[in-house]
Amino acid sequence: MNIAVCIKEVPDTETRPRIHENGKELQTEGIKWIVNPYDEFAIELGLQLTEKQGGEVTIISFGPKEIEPTIRSALAMGAQKAIRIDGARTINDPLLVAKNLTNVLKNRNFDLILFGKQTIDDDNAQIAQLVAEALNLPCAAVVVKLELEDKWAVAEREIEGGKEIVKFAIPAVISCQKGLNEPRYRSLKGIMAAKKVVIEEVPAIAEPEKVQVEKLSYPPQKAAGRIVGNGAEAVPELVRLLKEEAKVI
Amino acid sequence: MAHILVVYEIRENKIKKTSLEATGLAVRLSRELGGTVSALLMGSQVNHLTSLPGEYGAQKVYLLQHPDLEKHSPDVAARLIAEIARDISATHILMGASAMGKDVMPRVAFHLNSPLAQDVITLEVQNGKVFYTRPIIAGKLLAQISLQGEYQLATIRPNVFPAEKNPRTPEIISLNKTIPTPRVQVQQTTAAEVGKLDVTEAEIIVSGGRGMQGPENWYLIEKLAKVLGAAIGASRAVVDARWREHGEQVGQTGKTVSPKLYIACGISGAIQHQAGMASSKYIVAINKDPEAPIFKLADYGVVGDVFEILPKLTEEIQKLRNQ
Repeated sequence: MNIAVCIKEVPDTETRPRIHENGKELQTEGIKWIVNPYDEFAIELGLQLTEKQGGEVTIISFGPKEIEPTIRSALAMGAQKAIRIDGARTINDPLLVAKNLTNVLKNRNFDLILFGKQTIDDDNAQIAQLVAEALNLPCAAVVVKLELEDKWAVAEREIEGGKEIVKFAIPAVISCQKGLNEPRYRSLKGIMAAKKVVIEEVPAIAEPEKVQVEKLSYPPQKAAGRIVGNGAEAVPELVRLLKEEAKVI
Repeated sequence: MAHILVVYEIRENKIKKTSLEATGLAVRLSRELGGTVSALLMGSQVNHLTSLPGEYGAQKVYLLQHPDLEKHSPDVAARLIAEIARDISATHILMGASAMGKDVMPRVAFHLNSPLAQDVITLEVQNGKVFYTRPIIAGKLLAQISLQGEYQLATIRPNVFPAEKNPRTPEIISLNKTIPTPRVQVQQTTAAEVGKLDVTEAEIIVSGGRGMQGPENWYLIEKLAKVLGAAIGASRAVVDARWREHGEQVGQTGKTVSPKLYIACGISGAIQHQAGMASSKYIVAINKDPEAPIFKLADYGVVGDVFEILPKLTEEIQKLRNQ
């Protein structure tokens, strides 16, 4: 199987983000960068499928040269190839990112194009669907279970209060949700092999973005709360406060 | 003149509350921009669902009823929505940011070559320009954006905007469309448990962490959730330990929730968990460690043993309910 996994370099989850003085961007100094956690489920899926059925996994990512260590981190899980679209670190318009990914993905005969369900920085959750529609492929998003048989796939999608079972033909685009699998650790062998992979570089398509960030802000700080008391004795007062002060019960 | 189209989500023959919230927002937007509000209902049995959209402010209700729409297909829905939006000269398209909305609307965005603001929590109009605010980095920051495109699309976070009635008698328009062949189609939907409330839809959430000591103790959380009519949430630690299912996980790599009340039981409050629940209107923390970070975030904290506090809390709330 010929599988593409699209990944993004994002700030580590421990990051306390600071806003740049221009008010519209993240301050990137000192940030520890990682493979988007949801993308790891996608990489693991690709590796499991190619290990079982033969084939290779290609990592694709959009970003400046600085993201190469993260691409190598993805390769170190066991993927064979990588392509970097030489674009800016921050693009606010998912349509433009999707256009660039589509440009690379088309005509390469991938059986599956995999994504994480969303990136943990933009939280847009749009790219998989945008790429799928551009390539005229089925797209199953937020997948927690996948079964492939020949040219068909059955997937379980997470929805409110339950699951949806969907059926679609391959080739297809899938976005992966936690619970699909357990991403493997990078082995020393994988890390060494990743260093040797030549990352194909492709120029980015530049176009005016249809989304403008007007400003970034910190969420409103909650006023300091208080400790109502200790142990079960504090409960009646808590309930009174919730009823009379907060009015939530 | 703005023409705001609200795409309705219908599950099991019922209109989802998030669609009514979106309609209320559309009404507000139509007043600020000058314009009208239309609702779109698609499915195999929608013709009888016209009263709610009117009650919540739709001036026109477009109905697309067809047996081929019985089983949901996101790509079919998207192509139809795009086509209808063009037909009726919509300018803005709104939908709830539910699992369905977040899956369908990006596809509509592609077909209309227009931008989508996903998971919007506030919306402002200034000088005829719309500003959408959405959380990023799991809500650690807020981004205010504007959209430049032939259409402006937005999904709105459930439970944030009020569902306000604005009763009108709408014009009902039945549409006739050829239903495209689905690429992805739902075969069946399974509920986690009959009547189980999802954290993203709940007004009240009772959530448990490692302080609960083990999965066998979750009955304490379940009992409290039951008297409150609450959904049950979990920290990442207990999901990773397989005490609870991932669907309950609240946090940066779980769900982001905005209930009116979040009760954190035996949860220390790591930054990643906070990212998922910090926008709750009121937060109660119960933890035996007075230094737990969760207490800095909580409106009301109780220091102590969950095994003593939860049963007492359940009892007191039951008493309140009985009054």
